This record gives sequence, C-alpha cells and structure tokens, in this order.
Amino acid sequence: MDVIFFLSSGLFLGWSLGANDAANVFGTAVGTRMVKFRTAALVCSVFIVLGAVVSGAGAAHTLGRLGAVNALAGAFTVALAAALTTLWMTRLNLPVSTSQAIVGAIIGWNIHTSAVTDAQSLIQIVLTWIACPLLAAGVAIGLYLALVRFVKYRRPHLLEIDAWTRLGLLAAGAFGSYSLGANNIANVMGVFLPDNPFRDIELWGITISGARQLFALGGLAISVGVFTYSERVMRTVGGGLLRLSPLAALVVVLAQSLTLFLFASQGLEHFLAGLGLPTFPLVPVSSSQAVVGAILGIGLLKGGKDIRYGVLGEISLGWLATPVLAGVMAFVLLFVVENVFDQRVNRNVLYWIDASVITELAEDGIRDDGLQRLEGKNRSNAVRLKDDLERETKLSDEAILKVINVAQLGHWRVDAAVIAGELDRDWYTADQLRGVRTLVGREYERAWALRRDLAATSPDWLPRPRTKLHRIHNKELDQKLAFLEQAFRVNPEEEESQEPETAPRQPVEQQR
Amino acid sequence: MPLFNKSTQLLAGQIDEFLDAVAQGGLVFRDGVHAYLAGDLVRFDGCIILINDLEHKADDRSKSVETNLYRNSLIPEHRGDVLGLLETTDTVIDTAKTGLFQFSVERPVIPPDCVAGFTSLADTSNEALQAMIIAARTFFRDPEAIKDHLFKVAHHEHDADVISDALKRRIFSSDLDLAHKIHLRYFARNIELVSDRAKDVSDRLAIYAIKRSL
Repeated sequence: MDVIFFLSSGLFLGWSLGANDAANVFGTAVGTRMVKFRTAALVCSVFIVLGAVVSGAGAAHTLGRLGAVNALAGAFTVALAAALTTLWMTRLNLPVSTSQAIVGAIIGWNIHTSAVTDAQSLIQIVLTWIACPLLAAGVAIGLYLALVRFVKYRRPHLLEIDAWTRLGLLAAGAFGSYSLGANNIANVMGVFLPDNPFRDIELWGITISGARQLFALGGLAISVGVFTYSERVMRTVGGGLLRLSPLAALVVVLAQSLTLFLFASQGLEHFLAGLGLPTFPLVPVSSSQAVVGAILGIGLLKGGKDIRYGVLGEISLGWLATPVLAGVMAFVLLFVVENVFDQRVNRNVLYWIDASVITELAEDGIRDDGLQRLEGKNRSNAVRLKDDLERETKLSDEAILKVINVAQLGHWRVDAAVIAGELDRDWYTADQLRGVRTLVGREYERAWALRRDLAATSPDWLPRPRTKLHRIHNKELDQKLAFLEQAFRVNPEEEESQEPETAPRQPVEQQR
Repeated sequence: MPLFNKSTQLLAGQIDEFLDAVAQGGLVFRDGVHAYLAGDLVRFDGCIILINDLEHKADDRSKSVETNLYRNSLIPEHRGDVLGLLETTDTVIDTAKTGLFQFSVERPVIPPDCVAGFTSLADTSNEALQAMIIAARTFFRDPEAIKDHLFKVAHHEHDADVISDALKRRIFSSDLDLAHKIHLRYFARNIELVSDRAKDVSDRLAIYAIKRSL
C-alpha cells in the first residue's frame, strides 16, 4: 500500500513532465496551427506510451536520476518537489527542463541529508543553459538556410510545402514523443522499480513484465499531462517567443532533435570513433533549452527584431528558477515528511577509512599522506568526511568524491534468489552471470570490493580503456554494476528480521 | 516532387482550374469586344454564353477551394491571403462579364474612327489580366519571381489608361451628341475597368509575395 502511495508522486512527476515537455516536440506545430492541439496530443500520447514501454524497458535497469536518493520516502518527496516546480513553471506557460527540476530537488535532498553534491551536476546545468541554446541556434540557422535553398531550387506548390511540412511536423513530433517517453520514463518510474507493485502477467501467450506495466502506467501519466495541461506551454513555444512560419516550425523541431543527436548521442560518437572519424564534443543538452535556442536562431537569422525579448527574459528566469526552486522545495518538504509524517527520507550511510580503502585508492592513483591521519574514525555523513578530507589532504574535488565513494560502508550479500529473480538474462552476458554465480554466498561491506571480485571472475566485468570508442561499453558496465549493488544490498531492516544465510557476519562496528 | 496526397492534388487542380477560367474569361472578353466591333453578333452571342459559363465555373472552383482550405485547416499562414487572392481575381472575370453583357444589353453604336481605340483597349486590358494570372500562378510556386509579372500588369494597366484617355478625348472632340459621347465613355470605362481590377489583384499579390518570401 505504501508503495502505491509513494508511486503517486512519480505519476504526478510524469503528469507535470507531459504538461511541460510535450511543448518541445509539438509546440511549434500547434503554435503555427499546422497541427490541431487534439491531434498533437493524441499522437504525442500514443508515442510517449510506446517509447516508455518499448524502449524505456531497456532503461529498466537504470534507476534514473532519482536512483541517487536511497530511501523510498525520500524519492517520493524529491519527485514531488520536482513535479510541483514543473507545474508552477507550466502554470506560468514557461518551457523548462524537468530533468533540471529533478537534479535541483536531489541537491535539496543532498543538503537535507548531508550528502555530497557533485559540482559537475551543477556545472552541467549551467552549461546546458548556455551551450545548448547556442548550438541549437546554430543548427537551426544552418538547417533553415539549407531548406530555403532547397525550396527555392525545387519550387514546390504552396500546398505541397504545406502537406510536406505538416507530415514532417507530425513525424518529428511522433519521433520526439517516442524519445520523450523512452528517455524520461526512468526518471519518472525507475526509482520505484525495486518496489514495483505489478507482477508479470501473461496475455495470449505473451508475458508482460511488471516493469513494462509500471512504465506503461508512467507513460499514461505523461500522456494525461499532455492532454490536460500542455496546450498553454505549446502556445508559448509555438508563437509566444517569435511568430514562426510553418517551415520555420519544422526547422525548429528538426534542429532540436539534431542538436540532441549530434551533441549528446554516445551512439553517434561510438560510430564515428569506430570509423576513425572526428567526433562531435559531447555536451549536456536539454530539449527544452534546445527548442528555445532553435527559435532564437531563426529569429536572429531574420534580423532579431521580431523576437519578443520580454518572453525570452521570462523563459530564461524560469530556467534559472527551476533547479533552485526545486531544491528549496525538496529541502522543506523533506523536513516535513521526516518530522511530521515520521518517514525516513534517507538511509544512514557510514564512512570509514582503513588500510583497504587507502590501498584501493592508491590503485586508482589517489595518494595523500593525510589519508592515514583520517584512518579509523567513523563518520556518519559524507559532508563531515568531505570537511575532514579538505582539511587534512590536498586532494582535488574529484579525488575527494572518489574517496567518499570508496570509504562508504554498507552490506551486500550475493544472493542466489536475487540472481534468479531479478537479473535480466538478456542484459547481462552469459559470462557475467556465470561470474556473479561464483560469488554466491559472499558478503561485502564495500561496494568496490564486490566490483573487484566480479572483475576477477570474468573479463566481461572489466572496464575497457577510457576512450571514446569504449564509452558506451563502460557506461553500460557501470549501469550493470550499479544495478547489482542495488539488488544485492541488504537493508538494515532486513538484517534485523532475518538470520544470515552464510556464516554469521560480525557487525561492522565490531569488525573494527 | 509529387504532390503529397489526392486531396492536396485535387485542391491544387481546383486552384489551377479557377485561374484557367479567369484567363479564358479574359480572352473571351477580348474576342467578344472584337466580334461586337466587327458586327459579328453571332460570334458575340457565343462569347456571352461562354463568359457566363466561365464565370460560373470560376465561382464554383473558388467556393470549393475555400471550403477545402477551411475544412482541412490547410496553409494556416497563407489561407487568408489565398482566399483574398481568389476573391479579388473572381471580381476580374465578373467585371469582364458585366462589361460584355452591357454591350449585349445596350448595343452601343461605335463610330468607325473609335473602333481601333476600343479594340486596342480590350487587347491591353486582356493583356493586363493575362499577366495578372501568370503572377497569381507564380505566387503558388515561386513568390520571388512574382515581381517580374507584377511589373507587366502595371505596365499594361498604364497602357490601358493611356489608350482609354486618348479614346475618350477622341469621343468628346467628335461631333456626336452628348448622350452618345457619355454612352461611349461609359463603355470605354468598363473595358478599362478590367485592367484596373487586374492591377488591384497584382497590388495584393505584391504584399502576399512579401509575406510568402522565405
């Protein structure tokens, strides 16, 4: 019952995502009256659900951004804060990035629970505000000039242009909706997967997994958001910022997709690197920022005098406000949920530096005499350890994050039942599964020790050299390991309620 | 590039048929005036019937295009312009038809020394109309090239003004009685009106072309 209640927050986040982000794919089509809102909403909804169920299931192994939040009530609150922020921005008719609202809310959770925030995530958001619109504007200008040249060369009938533009807008919108569903469903529903209330069902000989059902529900929530509340943001994107021609509307949607494809696709980078060709730099991009950038590009190409700078200012303020507001809201809501409703919004994590940690860090090239001085002292949160590290060592911010990660204590048990029940045989290779099985019964108090042992069981568990060519492989390996860590983690509540299957394990404190 | 679907193809065809009807109406108008001036009333009556049919056909096509554009929410950005174009172009054939019908109803007596003037005026008005039709067709495919055709419309319309002016001077400097003079001036004005209407359309086209420019 608890899970269903907590799920409501994910559904709300899905709804607000649909209400805001649908404008990125169909805003210009609806704003230029090339596609009726009802048609756009219908196509968008169908393809969002399809994307969530068909391709989103591929992301079922990833927990989405909210995976960083280690307690269900915490995830509920963070999702709620992100959803409320997005709703607020939607009510103001402003297109904002839901992902940035989630990141902002997670930072609020980090502050509330004294977890360390990776400065990189903040830099990425700021970079997205600047780089993404610039890139999208450039791509839009290039595309528009090319399209104009083509039209002038072929001289199609006005009605032909109309028909092709309409078709292009619908196709690009459908494709964008599919991607929207596939890419965001993990953010909306991923964190609830481990507590998924749905069981596999069989219909006409086809098994529909619980994950697919959960994702279909999330997709439906996004679709309802599109139908019920997305029209106003669509109008802002489609005509509020700049009065677009239908052809420009098509260019905007194409430029947005192309920007995301060129500058965020690791698949493209892998493909180009595989052919020995130069690759595009990977930069953080967001469809909300890309679409606004593309519209500005068209506006600037036409002299810039028709751009409504007031609306642009409001949109920019909305971008800045979104993560900040979500962070503040999450912080306040977490306080309420924890103290008024008596819910645990985070799992206590202990940090302990010992010789094994120092050796592990040294293998990664992180050495500092100050680390020895920090040995043998228990720290109940990451911020305290970070302060100590900053005081006692000369390590860089990146190295400090690594130390915090390695020093983290927990309890992991490689459980045969978990292997049989939760590991996807289509995702893990046969060698990887064989490797995991050889570790059945082992227990760990460090996640990296589990990773190290896994790496010894099969080359499939070894990361490849850090080159562009191997980036996808290493990312997938990381996702697989993160999933294993999550699946094998023994919760303190479980520990109390059941006897260990293997030899009795000494409590962490006693081991010390 | 093939047209996208049948309904679009049909609609583009209807627009073409409408413009064909108006263009043909211009030719029939010219032939009708020629026939009347030559005293060939059989051919003239044939032209009356023909221009009447063409005017009906243009009306039908215009209405059909209008309904189609609205029903299918086509060309939202240029729908108003296209409908405005069809409407004003329709007034050109209406004017031509009315002008020819007035010849049929009022049977003006044209003095031999004015025949050349009337013939030339009908020819020039028709040329303005034909240039306007080409400009209208160009609007749908190549708005940037429209200026060349609009220039021709303006040129023919100006010629028609000059011819009409000369004709009227000739009429009023003749020995005809005043009623006859006024009657003839009225007919010169009606023929000249066709080129004026064509110019009105071309003025609108100039604006529409700017709006359509990419």
